[in-house]
Amino acid sequence: MKIAVLSGKGGTGKTTVSASLAYSLHNSQYVDCDVEEPNGNIFLKASLTEKEAVMVLNPVVNDDLCTGCGACQQACQFNAIAVINKKVMIFDNICHSCGACKIACPTGAISEVPREVGIIESNSSHTFMHGKLNLNEPLTIPVILQLRKKMNKYNHVIIDSAPGASCTVVSTIEDCDYCVLVTEPTPFGLHDLKIAIDLVKQLKLPFGVVVNKAMDSDTSIQVFCKEQNIDVLMELPYSKEIAKNYSKGILPVQYSNHYKDEFIKLLATIKERTS
Amino acid sequence: MKIAITSTGKEITDLLEKKFGRAEFFIIADTENSEYKVIDNKAAMEAGGAGIQAGQTIIEEKATALITGNVGPNAMKVLTSGNIAIYRGESVSVEANISLFKQKKLQQINTAVASHFGMK
Ligand code: SF4
Ligand code: SF4
Repeated sequence: MKIAVLSGKGGTGKTTVSASLAYSLHNSQYVDCDVEEPNGNIFLKASLTEKEAVMVLNPVVNDDLCTGCGACQQACQFNAIAVINKKVMIFDNICHSCGACKIACPTGAISEVPREVGIIESNSSHTFMHGKLNLNEPLTIPVILQLRKKMNKYNHVIIDSAPGASCTVVSTIEDCDYCVLVTEPTPFGLHDLKIAIDLVKQLKLPFGVVVNKAMDSDTSIQVFCKEQNIDVLMELPYSKEIAKNYSKGILPVQYSNHYKDEFIKLLATIKERTS
Repeated sequence: MKIAITSTGKEITDLLEKKFGRAEFFIIADTENSEYKVIDNKAAMEAGGAGIQAGQTIIEEKATALITGNVGPNAMKVLTSGNIAIYRGESVSVEANISLFKQKKLQQINTAVASHFGMK
């Protein structure tokens, strides 16, 4: 079973929930798909012995064969090519490696060369895996797709998704069995939660909500979920102890059997909802 | 000379548009006389690479200078390769920007003229 953990905005406890869940379950794999800022390993502390580059193919033009006809530019639906005074410019940073320009070129001037855009690191058993985008690379999807190929060896795959509702998030969660939406009772928490709800509803994925830093003085999230008939799967209380340990890179489940049990219960609840 | 200005509307009395790639209109004006024409920026609605395509449009229109707000790095490369001098416009009308340009009161933001193309 693949469970994605996401949130409308960053910093709501998405990593706390996903890493704690993976840590509490037997036979589980934690996959950090927040490739611009993977931080799960601050807590899970896996020894990253395996590394694998993520490569994409980008076109290059042989000037000796190019006539400047512009067919490649017209074929590129991503606007990654400009032809100026019969010279071709290719913008690798927005090229989607679709290969259309190469097919369109009448003179065979275009060839494709591999370029590294990111890296996947994992421990030897692959119970921990994260993707990391190289600096200044805008295209996250190739890294996500390569991570996805390496999932599913374990009973439970827990995916830490990037925040928001971008195409990165869509490609992370689209084939998941269940989505856990993490939010906090802050002024923006509800607004951000709605962004995440809209996304999973559009993708027709089953989902439930985890309220992080829950407190009795603000139950706006719980009230909203009740009105909308949305499952609140779990509440993690606001606690100085959790916050203090978090800042030291320690998850609640790493020192408390109580929280570990809560996360095991969370999985049971999810299983109940999806059966 | 022919200059291009990003515009929020179809008249030269309309305000300069600060965005380049996603500007709705380009006004191509001739500085010798007061003639001008309006073109729709086909790239404005593109999901990505709007600046690159908009840059090509300016080059195809045979403008030699562009007055706009902000130009992204990709569009900057295209325009500079096409020998277009880029000037930062003021938040006033297109017309007023043209006269500021003629008085040499606008700041040029690229060092055109790259003779070398090639991206890698
Ligand atoms: S590979 Fe596809 S996206 Fe990349 S430049 Fe060619 S046509 Fe455009
Ligand atoms: S299609 Fe081929 S020949 Fe034509 S401009 Fe592109 S690279 Fe050059």
